Amino acid sequence: MPMFSFEQDPGASFGELLKRVGLSPFGESGPANAMLVPHATTCVALRCTNGVVMAGDRRATSGNIISHREMEKVVQADEFSGVAIAGAAGPAMEMVKLFQLQIEHYEKVEGQSLSLEGKANQLSMFVRSNLPAAMQGFMVVPIFAGFDTLLKHGRLWNYDATGGRYEEHDFVATGSGMLHAGTVLRMGWRRDMTVDEGVELTARALWEASDADSATGGPDVLRGIYPVIASITSEGFTRIGDAQLKITYEAIAKGVGQR
Amino acid sequence: MSMPFYVAPEQMMKDRADYARKGIARGRALVALQYNDGIALVAENPSNTLRKISEIYDRIAFAGVGKYNEFDQLRVAGVRAADLKGYQFSRLDVDARGLANQYAQILGQTFTHEMKPLEVEILVAEVGLTPDHDQLFHIMYDGTVIDEHQFTVLGGDMETIRGRMAERFVAGSTLQDAVKFAHQALSASETPINSSELEVAVLSRNNSRRCFARLSESTINQYLV
Repeated sequence: MPMFSFEQDPGASFGELLKRVGLSPFGESGPANAMLVPHATTCVALRCTNGVVMAGDRRATSGNIISHREMEKVVQADEFSGVAIAGAAGPAMEMVKLFQLQIEHYEKVEGQSLSLEGKANQLSMFVRSNLPAAMQGFMVVPIFAGFDTLLKHGRLWNYDATGGRYEEHDFVATGSGMLHAGTVLRMGWRRDMTVDEGVELTARALWEASDADSATGGPDVLRGIYPVIASITSEGFTRIGDAQLKITYEAIAKGVGQR
Repeated sequence: MSMPFYVAPEQMMKDRADYARKGIARGRALVALQYNDGIALVAENPSNTLRKISEIYDRIAFAGVGKYNEFDQLRVAGVRAADLKGYQFSRLDVDARGLANQYAQILGQTFTHEMKPLEVEILVAEVGLTPDHDQLFHIMYDGTVIDEHQFTVLGGDMETIRGRMAERFVAGSTLQDAVKFAHQALSASETPINSSELEVAVLSRNNSRRCFARLSESTINQYLV
């Protein structure tokens, strides 16, 4: 059982604990040809009246090959927050797993949850420690969003590869399709959006991104694969069901057909 | 140079055991028992922030009586061991038996090799997928592990409380009844413990991934009516 002297005690930090026991996954260099590992692509998030909506497409690409059709890039971090990831899939998944563990570990050791801002800060440190790998092409650029139970409203954070953390007020997009998706959000976002309107707008943003960016997957009607869209409100994290997304995408497709 | 007096090993062990027992007996007791949908842990604890019962992992809870700083240190070590194991292997590989063995090692080692034994008694409880797989490991100050069934009592005045508990315990009771039994068993016959001095948590069998939950004071009040 890991016991530490007072000076060596890692406190509630799971990352430090991993370093102390020699299990830290960061700071190791990988092979140089980063284009050949799967990359996850477009994710968006926006703020609505009583929370946030997050969405991500399902495609992972290795160069010009579609390596995975059902990747889940929007994951629940804890009861009131979620992470969406774009970038090298392996390090990104590892980062999310560590992030979820860190939040839970902190809660158990300290007896209470980190604040939403504290979680955003923590993720920033994870992204920064991935910088050496990012320099070799294994970049991970997440979005963090959640419902702040102290301030009683939704909040969003955007990151860069160096761990820079930027709080956004309205909406955010990341990944290869970020320009297209971001433009749709810019045009459609309203400050008094409901969760349902937010779901519709993020679905549309991913549609347009997939239409113009080859690395972003659209709704796959043939296989019944739809983007992962989730809302986080005072009620907690809720993933929107495929049945609802099917209807949303049918409406979008109909609208596009009538252009 | 002064020579230390010879002390027989039997005497030394007995002195240490007496010392630890005295420290533990000063603290207030704790009861853990099975109910129809999991395990309830009930402690007499006047503090609302310094916890005796806490979460270790998805299906595992920790409870300690005796010296707070000592069992809290063990609690944190347990959380670390569990989270590391779950990270390194799989969440399914973390079990109460392994943790209980590690705790027994630490307590046993400290008891025989250190100046002062740890003045604590701890419980590692795991809720299984079915009641038959529920586990209650009661670990003593000297590292003795007792695999208990149905219910267990830790801390001061253990024998009396165990007696009262045995009279009341019914297998497959509701959570409300379980909390009532534990409350009655912990209370001295004439003066029931005030509900604000009870700390209650459950490991609820079907509570998704993380089974551990604390009961709020208002819920405890409702249960004890």
